[in-house]
Parts: sequence; C-alpha cells; structure tokens
Amino acid sequence: MALKIVKGSIDRMFDKNLQDLVRGIRNHKEDEAKYISTCIDEIKQELKQDNIAVKANAVCKLTYLQMLGYDVSWAAFNIVEVMSSSKFTYKRIGYLAASQCFHEGTDVIMLTTNQIRKDLSSPHQYDTGVALTGLSCFVTPDLARDLANDIMTLMSHTKPYIRKKAVLIMYKVFLKYPESLRPAFPRLKEKLEDPDPGVQSAAVNVICELARRNPKNYLSLAPLFFKLMTSSTNNWVLIKIIKLFGALTPLEPRLGKKLIEPLTNLIHSTSAMSLLYECVNTVIAVLISLSSGMPNHSASIQLCVQKLRILIEDSDQNLKYLGLLAMSKILKTHPKSVQSHKDLILQCLDDKDESIRLRALDLLYGMVSKKNLMEIVKKLMLHVDKAEGTTYRDELLTKIIDICSQSNYQYITNFEWYISILVELTRLEGTRHGHLIASQMLDVAIRVKAIRGFAVAQMATLLDNAHLLTGNTQRNGICEVLYAAAWICGEFSEHLEDPMQTLEAMLRPKVATLPGHIQAVYVQNAAKLFATVLRKHEGETDSHAAQETSQLLIDRLPLFVQSANLEVQERASCILQLVKYIQKLQQKKVEVAEEVTALFAGELNPVAPKAQKKVPVPEGLDLDAWINKPPSESESEDEKPKAVFAKEEPKHSRSRHTEVDEKELARRREARKREQANNPFYIKASPSSQKVYDAPGVEHIPVVQIDLSVPLKVPGMPMSDQYLKLEEERRQKEKAERKKEKKKKREKRGKERKADSGPESEEDIAPAHQVDIVTEEMPENALPSDDDDKDPNDPHKALDIDLDKPLADSEKLPVRTHRPEVLKSPAEDRVNESIPQETKKRSGKEKKEKKKGKEKDRKRSKEEKKKKKHKEVEEELLESHPEEAVQSEETKEAATPPTSTSAEASELDFWLCSAPVPPAAQEETAPSSAAAVDTSSAAAPESEPDEPKDAEPEDTKSSKHKKKKQKKEKEEKEKKKKKRHHHHHHHSNAGGEDSVQNGTVEEEEPLPPMSNYFLLAENSYIKMMKEDADQVYDIQGNHQDESKVVVSVIFENKSDSFLKSMEFNVLDSLNSKLQRPEGAGAHDSLTVPFQLPPGISNEAHFVFSVQSIVMPQKLKGTLTFIVKSDESSTHEKLDFKLHFTCTSYLITTPCYLYDAYAKLLESGDLKGSSLRLEGINMPFHHLLARICFHHHFSVVERIDSCASMYSRSIQGHHVCLLVKTSDQTVSIDAKCDEPSLLGNVLDEIKQTFSKC
Amino acid sequence: MIKAILIFNNHGKPRLSKFYEHYTEDTEQQIIRETFHLVSKRDENICNFLEGGLLIGGSDNKLIYRHYATLYFVFCVDSSESELGILDLIQVFVETLDKCFENVCELDLIFHVDKVHNILAEMVMGGMVLETNMSEIITQVEAQGKMEKSEVRAAPFGLV
Repeated sequence: MALKIVKGSIDRMFDKNLQDLVRGIRNHKEDEAKYISTCIDEIKQELKQDNIAVKANAVCKLTYLQMLGYDVSWAAFNIVEVMSSSKFTYKRIGYLAASQCFHEGTDVIMLTTNQIRKDLSSPHQYDTGVALTGLSCFVTPDLARDLANDIMTLMSHTKPYIRKKAVLIMYKVFLKYPESLRPAFPRLKEKLEDPDPGVQSAAVNVICELARRNPKNYLSLAPLFFKLMTSSTNNWVLIKIIKLFGALTPLEPRLGKKLIEPLTNLIHSTSAMSLLYECVNTVIAVLISLSSGMPNHSASIQLCVQKLRILIEDSDQNLKYLGLLAMSKILKTHPKSVQSHKDLILQCLDDKDESIRLRALDLLYGMVSKKNLMEIVKKLMLHVDKAEGTTYRDELLTKIIDICSQSNYQYITNFEWYISILVELTRLEGTRHGHLIASQMLDVAIRVKAIRGFAVAQMATLLDNAHLLTGNTQRNGICEVLYAAAWICGEFSEHLEDPMQTLEAMLRPKVATLPGHIQAVYVQNAAKLFATVLRKHEGETDSHAAQETSQLLIDRLPLFVQSANLEVQERASCILQLVKYIQKLQQKKVEVAEEVTALFAGELNPVAPKAQKKVPVPEGLDLDAWINKPPSESESEDEKPKAVFAKEEPKHSRSRHTEVDEKELARRREARKREQANNPFYIKASPSSQKVYDAPGVEHIPVVQIDLSVPLKVPGMPMSDQYLKLEEERRQKEKAERKKEKKKKREKRGKERKADSGPESEEDIAPAHQVDIVTEEMPENALPSDDDDKDPNDPHKALDIDLDKPLADSEKLPVRTHRPEVLKSPAEDRVNESIPQETKKRSGKEKKEKKKGKEKDRKRSKEEKKKKKHKEVEEELLESHPEEAVQSEETKEAATPPTSTSAEASELDFWLCSAPVPPAAQEETAPSSAAAVDTSSAAAPESEPDEPKDAEPEDTKSSKHKKKKQKKEKEEKEKKKKKRHHHHHHHSNAGGEDSVQNGTVEEEEPLPPMSNYFLLAENSYIKMMKEDADQVYDIQGNHQDESKVVVSVIFENKSDSFLKSMEFNVLDSLNSKLQRPEGAGAHDSLTVPFQLPPGISNEAHFVFSVQSIVMPQKLKGTLTFIVKSDESSTHEKLDFKLHFTCTSYLITTPCYLYDAYAKLLESGDLKGSSLRLEGINMPFHHLLARICFHHHFSVVERIDSCASMYSRSIQGHHVCLLVKTSDQTVSIDAKCDEPSLLGNVLDEIKQTFSKC
Repeated sequence: MIKAILIFNNHGKPRLSKFYEHYTEDTEQQIIRETFHLVSKRDENICNFLEGGLLIGGSDNKLIYRHYATLYFVFCVDSSESELGILDLIQVFVETLDKCFENVCELDLIFHVDKVHNILAEMVMGGMVLETNMSEIITQVEAQGKMEKSEVRAAPFGLV
C-alpha cells in the first residue's frame, strides 16, 4: 500500500503541471485542439487517482483550459474534492476553479454548503478568505440562505482582512437572498465606521451598490455619509460616497442644498481628477434636483461648466471624454450654459476618437434650436458620408433622427427638408436602422398632414427606385423603408400624381425577393392604389384605363399567391379574387369604385405605443384569474408588439374612435396631456411656443402647394441642401417682410410661404408649413405610472426593502439546526439578532449624541439666559429654530401611523432642515468645535465626535447640569414621537427593534417569540410593563459623574373606563433618582404625558440618574390615576418595584482587537473572580449567546470550547470573561476593575442559568 | 460593479479572464473576441473608454482598458464605477503584478495565470473593489505564498 502511494507520487512528478501544459500548447500551434484533447484525457486519468495533489494539479490545468473556452463542467465534482482538501494550496486551486466555472446551474454546488461553512469558520484567515472569494463568484440562492448567518458573523471578525471580504460578499448574498438584507443591515451600517479603512471602504461600496438601485431606502443614511464625506481622506471612499449622493439627491432636494457647499470646496481643493470629476457630476445631479429651488446656483453651474471646459480642452483624451459626458448631463437642465460652448463641441465632432465623437453627438442633441437645426444636421450628413465603420455611421443616423424628432419635432421648421433628409439617409448601405427611418417616415406622414402630398411623391420615387435600395443582399436593413414607402403611397394615394405608375412599381417581380412582411404591405397597398385608380377613372367614358389596371393586378398577383409567406399569400389570394370579381363587374359596366374605396376608408389616429398597456383594469376584474380550467400546457404569453411598426396598429383601431363625442375627446386630450407631461417617454405635445391645432378634420388644414418639380426629378440625389438655402432665403425674405409689414405694406409672399397661415409674431422663425402635429391617443383614465419602464426581472427589485422598519421575529436569518458538526440553537439566533440590534442602538445613540452636541452648541450661545422653566426653554428653542419646530411637528404627525419610521425620518429631517451652512464654516467647525457657537446645528454633525472632550474643561458644573436637563428634554420629545411605534411592537410581540434593543434580564422563556417587557405591576384597571433599563447614557465619559438610565414603561388600560391624570412617582434612593423637571420638588411625581382610552396602551419613558452602578438597586414606586367612566370618576393607585440589575449598566461593546484585550488583561489593573456552573446542559455557543444577549457581552475570540468575552459599563469599567466548558460544567473566570460590580454581574449570570 | 476583467495580448489571445456574471464558455470566448476586436483597432492616443460591447450587458456598461506593451487590460464596468478610478485600479493591478513577478512580462502571465488570479482576488472580489492599497495587496499575496511554500516543504511528495 505504502509502495503504491510512493509510486503514485513519483508518477506525479512526471505529470504535466500547468506550466508544462502551457508550454505544450505553445509547441503544438498547428494541432492545438488535438493536443488539448489528449491533455484532457490525461487530466481525466489524473482525476481518477486518490492523491489529492494529483487531483489539484489536474484541476489547476482545467482552470486554464476553461479560459481557453473548454467546457470543464464535467469535472465539477473533482473540483469540489479539491476544494475540501485540508491544505490551503489545494483548497485555493479548488476554489479558483469553482469560481471560474460554477454557476447557479451547477448541481454539485449543493454539496459544497458544509465545506464552505467549515472553511468560513476556519481558524486560518486565508482559508476563510479563499472561501469568501470563491463564494462571491458562485453564490446561489440556496448557498446564500444557508450561509448568510455565518457570513454575517464574519462581518465582526477580529481580522480586518476577513471583515472586509465578509462585508463585500454580503451584497451578493442580498442579491440572491433578499430576506437577509434587513437582519444584516444594522451590522453593515455599523461597518461604515469600522476602524479599518478597507472594511469601511467595503461597506461604503456595498451600500452604494444597494442604494443605487433603491435610493429611497437609504436616505436615512445621508447624515452618516455626509459625515464620512467631510472626514474621509480616502479618495476611493469619497468617490463612492459622492456618487451615492448623486443618486440620493433627486429624492431629497434639501440634501442637495447641504451638499453644494462641501462639494464646491472639494472641487476647488482636490488635485485628483477622478474626485474632481465625480464632484462635478454630483453637483450637476444636485442642480438638476434643485432646478428651481435655489436662486443663486448659477455660480455652481458656471463652476461646473468651466471645470468641464478645462477637462474637454485637456490633451488627455480620457478627460475630454468624461468632460463631454458630464456636459451632457448639464445640458438637460441648463442648456443655455452649455450652448455657449458650441464651438468646442462641434470641434469634438472632428476628433479622431470615435468615443469622443459619439459623446459630442449626444451633446448636439440638446443644443439644436430652430435656427441651427438645418446647419447642424448638414454637418452631420457630411460626417455620415465620411464615416468609415458602420457602427459610427449608424450612430450618426440615429442621432440625426433623434435630433430632428425630439420634442415632437419641435425644431423642425420645414418638413419637406426633413423628408428629404430621411430619403437621403436611405442611401446608406448596410445600415441596421432601416426600420428607424421607416418609422420616422410613417410618423411624419401620419402626423403632419400638410406634408402628405410631398411625402407621397417622395415615397413613390423611392418605390420606383427600389432596386437601388435592395441591392443584392436580402438582409440589407434599409429595405425596411420600402415598407413605409409602400404604406404611405397606398394610404395617402389620393395625393399621388400617377398612381398607375406606382402601382406598376409595386408589382414588379423583383418585389418577391423582399422580406415577407414588406411584401404583405405591398400587396395590401397595391389594393388601395387600385381603388384610387378606379375612382380616378370612374365616370370617364373610356373605361379602358381602369380595366387595364385590373388586368395588371390579375397578371401580377399570382406571383404573390405562391409566396411562402403566409400573410403575403393570404392577402394576395384574397385580393386577386376581389379584383377578378371587380373585373367582371367592370365588363358589365357596373360602377364599383365607390364600394372598392370604401374597403379602405377611414381616418387614422396615431396611438401612443403604450396606450394599450395604460388602459386601467376595471375594478373587480382579475386578469390573472382563469376563466376556464387551465389547459395543460401554457402558451407563450409574450406578445410584445413589434416595436418598429407599432404605428401600424391604428389600422385596427380605426372604428374605435368614431363614436366618441367631442366633449369626451376634449376630456381625454386633457388627461393625455397631463399624462404625457409626466412621462419622459412620450413625444410631448409641442411646448408653449408652437401652437398645436388639434384639427378635427382634414378640411381645416391649410393645404400646401408645393413645387414638386425639383425634388422629383433628381431621385436618390442629395437635395436636402437646397432646403438649407431656401430656408435661408426664406428667413431673409421674412425679415424683410416683417420690416415691410411694419410699414404696413403687405407684399406677396414667396411660393413656399403660401401655406403659412401661422401668426407671424409667434416666433422669430416661423415654420415653413403650419404643421398639424397630431398627438398620440391614449386611453381614457390611463394610469400615469412609469412603472412599465422597470424591468420586472431586475434582481434589485427584490432588494427594495424598507430598512428603517424594525425587524420582525420572522425575519431572522435561517440558522441550521439539524447538522451534526457545529450545532446551533435558537439562542444563537438571538445573539445574531441582538448584535445587529445592538449596533442599531449604538448608532441611534450616536445620533442622539449628535443632537446633544447640537444642543450644547445652542446652549452655549444662550449661556446668559439661565433658569428657565422646562416649557419656556423648549419654546425658546423652537423660536430660535422655527424651521426645526415646523419640522418636528410634521414628524409628530407623521409618526401617528404605527408602521411609519418616524424616528428615523425625524432624525433625517432634523439633519436636513438645519440652516444651510455658511461658506467656510464647514471646514472650520471640525477642528475647532468648541469655538463654533453660532454656526449651531448645521455644523454639528461634523463636529460631534470629539466635541465632548474638547468642550468639557471649560464648562462649569452648573452648565453641565443644565445641559443634561436639556438633553433629557430632547430625549423625551423624541420618545413622544416614538411612543406609538414602540407600543405597536410590544403588542405584536415582535421582538422588534426597540424591544430587542434592550436585552432582558428577567427572561423566562428560552424560546422566541419573546418580549423584553415584563410585568411590573397590575390591577384591574391598568397593567404596567417594564422594559429592561438599558438605554444608558454615558454622557461625558466622566467617571465621577452620575449616569443616566432610561426606563420604558408600557401602560395598558385593561378596564372599560377612561384613565387620565396618571402620575408616576418613585421613592428616590441616595443612589438612584428619578429625573424630574427643574423646579420640581424631590418627591413630586411626574405626569404621564398621555391619557388612556379603554383597551389602549402607550409607552412612557422615565430617566433615572444613578451614581454608583456597582450594586443592583430596587426602587419603590407608585402610579396614581383617575378612572373616569360615564357615571363616576375614582382615584386609583398602583404600587410597583423597579429593579435595576448590574447587567443593565453594561453596554455591549464589540472589541475588535484581541491584542488590546490581551493587554488589558495583562495590565494587572483588573481584579479577578470566578464562577462555576454545574449541570449546564446546553451547547457552548448557546451558552455564549445567552451571556451576550442577557448580559450585554460580546465575544472577543472563541477557540473550541473556550471563549473570551468583553463588556464595558456605562462608567467605563472593563469587564472581561473567560468562559470554558467541559462536561456540563461551565467555569467563568472574570476580571474587572470594580470587584463588587463583577461580583454582582456574576451573580446575575448565575441566576440566568439557574433558571434554565 | 465590475462585470468582467480580461487580459489578452495584441493578437487577442486570452491571458486571463474573470467574469463576475455567468456566461457559457462559448459566450465568454465570443466576448473576449468582441472586446479584442473593439479595443485593438483603437489608436494609442485616444481615450480609454468604450461604450460597451453588445454581448456583455447593456448600455449601462463601459469598457475601460489600458494597453501595456503586448497586453491589454480590459475592465468591463457599469455606471456605479468611476471611470478614472478604474483606470487607476488597472494601474495598481499592473504595478502589483510587476512587484510580485519582478518586472512582469507577458510570459509571466502565460505561465502563472493561477498566480495572477490570486493577486486579482485580493483586489477585486465578486465584481467589487476590495483593496486598492498596493502594499496591503502584496502583503496578503506574499503571506499566502509563504503558506503555500511551507505546505509544499512539509510534504514535497504530496503524501500528507
């Protein structure tokens, strides 16, 4: 056996490794495929061996072959084998191979779950790292669901290397398993402030990706990002954040106002072009979102445009490109600022770089006006002629059409010119955009009634010269224009000069080589032409011509009857029979023209492409419900209308519009306009300047008399240029005329202007034709939604999740329960839940601290106004910040519905509504926060972190007091806002944000659902539930100073009577005191700020100041209230006991650095104590979870059945635990700088475990 | 997001391909070919951005590339990435390769594509930028290299 292994490994030494394989392939250039196939055979042999090294080598080679395009999925199982090797070298090879060729369809992926989990929890960081990297490439919904929890734990790993990878991969997990977003989000948010820049950057990355798709859910993070933006020096992070703000500003213009200043500063100060560029971009986004709000933003636009001009003029093509790109964004809202740089942009059209030319083209789109349209298009047509590669030429073509057709042909003054341009464009060979030209032709011919005569003439020429268009290749896209040409000639055949000739052209044998759908149109429209010809000749004594026409059709149509295309065949045979019948009638001298024409009678209305979709579903109609039993096989439901020829649809809906009365029409038109104004995807009805005539009939349209001689005689030759000249002449003439008109001397106008009945003074440039641009029809009650533009298959749609809503019990990440290796229990769930909650709490607290900071600033500014009563102070505050007052009132209202995220919203509002920062203040405040007196609230967010320390020394004891009081008021105000919210969660027992936030001490039931509230006291009228006191405020980090604890109490009215005048009082001890409003006596009771109707419950918060926290405390208290029923009202009272445990003074403080922890232990400042628990019959992690959850510890490091834990008291005592377990015995060695606190905490821990 | 990272030489031979979205092998090859076609016909002194190819997703995507001697480094990214940032990232990538291989040349990439993958994995993960600090990247790559070496030394014949 041993010999065999040795032999195997010696063989291996002669195996090809990757280098040999590569070398071999390079040496077999002629028969590479053959060589590789022998290599693959070898690899297959190698994979059959037991030796993992051989296998790994084989897999490594396969990875290379995969890159060359060979399918290696057959080796998926071997890859999994290599992945599960215990050696890092092989494991890495395995994971690399997996990341290159595994995907959702790979079935062996499900075998990897346990292996990956094992690797994720490996003690070696590179095993974990390699697993995370691999997983990021092939994570499936199943893997995401099974591993989400493990990865989330890794987000708090001690090593930043793992943390950043875990944070990044969460994005992939969210995509595959959207349910994980909400539970994981608090921790992700926490990582935004990770001490390691890499982790921070990863978190910013992930949140930016998330927010890009669903920005509104991330608005509440704006203050945090703002802080990061003003404090970070990492350009990578800054760029991401600034990009994110670009996505957020459209949703919240106030945010934009706040951003302008720091962004402008960055633009001025940064030397990094990348950062400068992103800043400009975001400023543009802000300006777009503000477009009307801010009066003096023209300076910002000027700055942007000016910086962009510098970029565009730079010799670096990359900067040039980006400059143009950003310029096009400004163009949308501030075209004037860009138009002044027209010279620069036209210059870019001649750039040798295609990308730059394309960007310049984009810009041109927005720069055209009535005046310069023809000129610009002429320039573009020159480029079309010059263009080499078809891609760029096609791009030019679409741009020309876009430019001309934009805003409902707003800038076109002469449609003859436009038709000529379109006809000229048909000469492009090999373009893919024949259908585009075709649809433009159709659109113009249908909607601009005045142009039909001209259009028909041009189309007839096109049909006559069809051979020029079709060329040899059948697939030539340009032949699509024949579709339009044929249809226009048929539909508007009354304008044809010589219908017979056109008819003849449409029935040439060559037509049979055209694509089927075009032939079909030819056949159908031949029939229309036939009808026209008949009518023309009707009444003539000599019926020869008409009969000739019939004969022509009878001769030619059989060709189409034989067509392989069903539609052509069907139409042709139908029409053939019809013509034969007509011929018979003709021979009998029966007049048939009238009847034949009637076949094709009817006026057309253009219908908006999405009209069908917009029809609202009538109430009570369920379109998804089956009418009959579902058939066994469902048919393809996807019947997208062929976009190109959507315009054809009006044909079918002709009759639909006939019965509508005038009133109805007007009403619909109104609705439609409103709808279209909101929808960027509709061609808008011409805006203000140009009047639209919704002419009810054709008669009202001024008929254009056109001199057809010129264009018709040069078919297929450039002719649009002459319009340019004509137009110039016309304008000249007009100018002259206008002068003359002033002198009241009317002269005869130019031939072309005959039709122009439009009022002269309307615009500088009057259109050559008064055109009737018919707006598109929309159904009645069309829904004004833009939803249909979203792709229903977008994976990010599932991530549109409200992140501010508190977590529900059901939202926990799934935790495996029946797996043998590392068992987890429900308790761990709670850890996982509690940790994110904890983080949420922390960030919440930070926010509060922010507020405190603000208050402090404000306070200092009012140093002289001392000793005011509670209310007065508050009023004063509101007065001095009226904006804020309004805001908070608004949020109070908003808070009423229980599901609203009022607290978050108010935070954001508060942050946003603070006055715009005065210039330069932004930068000053951060370093010298203490000096910032008057910049007050706006400056506060940045200055918040280091403020307390800075400010402390100067403040006297008394001012501290006052500050605290104000803080408390603020808190209470906030609480009020939150109240109903809290209450709601309590009732649903949801373990939601706020309840879990404060872990319970006296927790009876080990299994969820659980409530953190426990009964405080109860009588027949009222029930009091206390939430564990944990919302502690470690205010100035001052150890001697007293600390505060907030107690939340829910009052529930159990009776049928109304409860009012509730007063809450507690008998203060020396150590713990209820905080009462200033001026109140030490024994006065606090009024509960609400009344309770029957069956209603509400929550109130009470703040206690605590001096020493080393002992648990019990306080006796009384609640008095008046019970008011219909007949009587009685005074009632209820006694209770408040219990403060020592644990409630501990704050979960994650400790990232094991080194620091070790140092702390070694320092010798801590005193030890220990505890032994016998008969603990639960898994170790379950035990840890309980300690974490109930006693606010966090795990620093865990090795097997031994774990270090850490927590900190509100007064800064360090508490360290070393928990070990063996055989139902748990020993806890603890160290703390305060022995009595430690003793009490240990007792409490013991109690917790004795209960279970 | 980065959708794909491709390295190929002046003749379009792939030297590394990393797709962060799944495509079949055939499509991958097509994408490489198409990208090569787009990139290779561009002059040296024109901009390094290209509106995306047809195969690799949609109008939101851009190709950002750099050309070094015989190799093209192409990143396909969507609009959430900063164009200039990605250009810098490519530079970091190449400099890192240069440090790790000591004067990197095409041959290094040809024979050690696995190593290149490992370096890349320290910079970009699942299509998102993981680390941009070169010394940090090199530290991690070298630490893993050491680990690999120690394992090989411990069991030169793969017996363990």
